[in-house]
Amino acid sequence: MSVLPAISPPPFDPPYPTKGARFAPGDTVRVKKGAAPGHMRTPWYLRGHTGRVERVCGDFANPEELAYRRDGLPARPLYRVRFTMAEVWGNGAERARDTIDAEIFEHWLEPADAP
Amino acid sequence: MPHDHHDHDHDHFHHEGTSPSGHPYRPDNDQPLTYWQRIEIEVRVLLVEKGITTAAGINAQIARMDARTPAQGARVVARAWDDPEFKARLLADGSKAMAEMGIEPDGLKLVVVENTPEAHNVVVCTLCSCYPRNLLGLPPDWYKTRAYRSRMVREPRAVLGEFGLDLPDDVQVRVHDSTADMRYLVLPRRPAGTEGWDRERLEALVSRDCMIGVAVPEAG
Repeated sequence: MSVLPAISPPPFDPPYPTKGARFAPGDTVRVKKGAAPGHMRTPWYLRGHTGRVERVCGDFANPEELAYRRDGLPARPLYRVRFTMAEVWGNGAERARDTIDAEIFEHWLEPADAP
Repeated sequence: MPHDHHDHDHDHFHHEGTSPSGHPYRPDNDQPLTYWQRIEIEVRVLLVEKGITTAAGINAQIARMDARTPAQGARVVARAWDDPEFKARLLADGSKAMAEMGIEPDGLKLVVVENTPEAHNVVVCTLCSCYPRNLLGLPPDWYKTRAYRSRMVREPRAVLGEFGLDLPDDVQVRVHDSTADMRYLVLPRRPAGTEGWDRERLEALVSRDCMIGVAVPEAG
């Protein structure tokens, strides 16, 4: 059972261009449990956890390819996703309703109700 | 026993390997250059030889990096406290707003997170040491330690307490992990008792730590 944070979607558009993001602020998303063979910017401690999209940042080159001198294109939507401490650390959370925001690329996210 | 190394009673005695004030001397770096140090030198010499850049150009760039200090961030914060329209622009697009003040963001993509009576923000980079250098200069050493990076997402209140910041239970702590392309600046709350202060006086209240979120500004 996920413990979700409250989100107030920002009252402005993403400052960086996006060709269209699959998720919108407030959507409930889960970080995929995959792994990339090499450099990745999805922190291990958030894999498998569910949070809410806080904002869409814009489209950015894929760091998993940039790290190996590829161009990382097409750029992919990047989100700020908010998680509760209760969701990430369970009963060991220091305070359940405190939150962690992290930037997660779209290809690491799936709808929370995905099987 | 003036020559007893374990005797602390003598004011004029210095332990071996420590300065007169008792700090250890940093060892001389007599070891050979590492592989990456050699590569850096070779590439730099080649770039200059081939006319792609100049030694003066490299020095100027280093000077430009060294000139960035938290005072730039303090200017941005003080203006946001003093100018609600600027604050709205800063929250919507931090890089554009700092450029408006003549602070060049270069590649910095700045997200500004605002402290409120209900929520306190703090910044960490668990994966490495991402930091808004173009705005605040180099990060403090502790920001790059494994202890700060791992503990700030796990027990932020305990870490903030060690910095001397004890937050009330009804204030939510929001930790921001700089995992990808954005960099973060905390916009602290303007302290009570600063009504009517000019910007310069406000700027003096805004420390680097306030803008990372491990401290809050206080008036006098």
